[in-house]
Amino acid sequence: MAAAGPSWRRRGEEGLRTRRLTPILLLLGVAALIAAPLGRTDYVIYVLSSWLTFSIAAMGLNLTLGYAGQISLAQASFMGIGAYTTALMTLAGVPWLIAAPAGVALCFVVGLALGFPALRVQGHFLAFVTLAFNTLFFLVARNEEWLTGGSYGLSNLPRPAFWAFDTARNLPFYYFTLIVFLASAALMWGVVRSPWGRAFRGLRENPIRAESLGVDTRRITLLAFAIGSAYGGLAGALISPLVQYIEPSSFAFSQSLRVLLMVVVGGAGLFLGPILGAAVVILLPEFLRFTEGYYLMIYAAAVIALMVYCPTGLIGVGRRLSDRFSPKREARADMKLGARS
Amino acid sequence: MAQFLQVLLSGLSTGAIYALAAIGFTLVWQAARTVNFAQGEFVMLPAFFVLIGVHWLHMPRWLALVFGLIVAVVVLGLLFKKVVVEPMLPNGGLPLIIATMALSILLKEGAKQFYGAEAQPFPSLFPQTTLHVEGAVVSVQDLMNLIVSLAVVVGLTLFLNRTRTGRRMQATAQNPRVAEILGVNTRRMVLYAFLVNAALAALASFLISPIYLAKFSNGETLGLVAFIAAIVGGFNQIRGALAGGLLIGVLDNLTATYVTTEYRAALPLVLLIAIILWRPQGLLGVDEGRKV
Repeated sequence: MAAAGPSWRRRGEEGLRTRRLTPILLLLGVAALIAAPLGRTDYVIYVLSSWLTFSIAAMGLNLTLGYAGQISLAQASFMGIGAYTTALMTLAGVPWLIAAPAGVALCFVVGLALGFPALRVQGHFLAFVTLAFNTLFFLVARNEEWLTGGSYGLSNLPRPAFWAFDTARNLPFYYFTLIVFLASAALMWGVVRSPWGRAFRGLRENPIRAESLGVDTRRITLLAFAIGSAYGGLAGALISPLVQYIEPSSFAFSQSLRVLLMVVVGGAGLFLGPILGAAVVILLPEFLRFTEGYYLMIYAAAVIALMVYCPTGLIGVGRRLSDRFSPKREARADMKLGARS
Repeated sequence: MAQFLQVLLSGLSTGAIYALAAIGFTLVWQAARTVNFAQGEFVMLPAFFVLIGVHWLHMPRWLALVFGLIVAVVVLGLLFKKVVVEPMLPNGGLPLIIATMALSILLKEGAKQFYGAEAQPFPSLFPQTTLHVEGAVVSVQDLMNLIVSLAVVVGLTLFLNRTRTGRRMQATAQNPRVAEILGVNTRRMVLYAFLVNAALAALASFLISPIYLAKFSNGETLGLVAFIAAIVGGFNQIRGALAGGLLIGVLDNLTATYVTTEYRAALPLVLLIAIILWRPQGLLGVDEGRKV
């Protein structure tokens, strides 16, 4: 547990309190998620399922971007690969339980391949390579009509049924999404807590130092891409049965940007960040219906303001506020990093 | 052969316009290490400023163009620098990238909300006639676009190389600290780079909008193409960005005519990936040395 970094030191100070609170908060959270759709209209349940689905995609990107520091603008194309794979296979009669893992595996492999540019280029170069990949995917999905149905897309996608548990209606489908969401969140928690997770963070903070400490940065970069992409694929595998209709523009670059903004707005590199970010992006427009077409403008302006004042996202804002109000030990100013230089 | 010449010329003409946007991109990158993901929207928007001048303020066309240029320089140059880029600099690279992406959404949605989603006709700057040269039909508009763009690039190069201010700007781009020690007002030079970028984007907008019509979504492709042109030519050179723009314009038109229209947009993307992987410094670029 002796990894360096201020977030760990903070956890050490509050460790005892947090450790006692975590299971309680976790149970409350899960209970809230179970209770959320009860007594709601069909549409609300649909939106909530959509939120959970996008949370999975954003969680994956958060691993690539927030933990490993590799900017990727291709998450929507992985959702697309997962969605089209699942859709084509389930339309052919293959059960979801086989089709979805196939889509996820395909995304893992393609993500590995897309990780290779990340070994050579960083930052904005990588952003544009992944952007180009996303646009290429869109072109293929639109032009190869024999496979993808072109711009008409694929419709009448079946929803999975597991013996007595049929997800044809929205409420059971929400619980199905919730189960997948909780499982993937638990897995992600394991990944970021594992030695890999620490290696990812090492890569983000200082690649050279990480390498000198024996981290195989090549392998870790590729892994960050592959796992992040696989999560995108899983989200796609849920979108197919959720919407029951897919078409290329649902997986265009603008959608990647949307997922990226979810991660950044919530708080990149924080476990709950993408889930909060997805809530802001998916749920908030429903509350802000009265702003009509101006919603995206307000949102974009808010993101710019957030980047100016608090680049760590909404969770960062919350943390800053709570730091201001909760008393804690002050570190001696002359011992702080930077005071010495 | 005649068809080939026609395709080549219209490719060069659009390519020269791409090059204007790419050069602006390069200048801003050099001056402030800012990658502007909203560059495409910077090219989309000035056309709407002109339309506002024509339709709402009832200006004559030439005045509307001047008005559009000035508004573009103030909004996309000065305000972009002061309101978006400057407060963000201490936060590092990623927040700035994200902010320019958000800015592109803001500008796009703004144009859509305030001017409508339909493509607006944009007054042509040049006569819509054609010339017949050796059997090829040459559009005067294409020819003039090419000539004007190249003239602007030549003028800009002369400005950067021959004038005091231009050389100061170059010094700031190459080594801001030393430039500052030598008495260059680096902040002002960086600001000039942003203003020049806005002016170039406005010019590209005025030249390309008569062809593509003024539409809120124009920036999506334009921004990508400008960036690809900048990358292909090397991120740190004006003549590289020019060559990159021309290359992309020509290749794009040649593919569309002779190979495939469906995958026309794919070629520059494949080129981009290939260049980034094999020659990240660009075809004409000089390796800056990997910064670590």
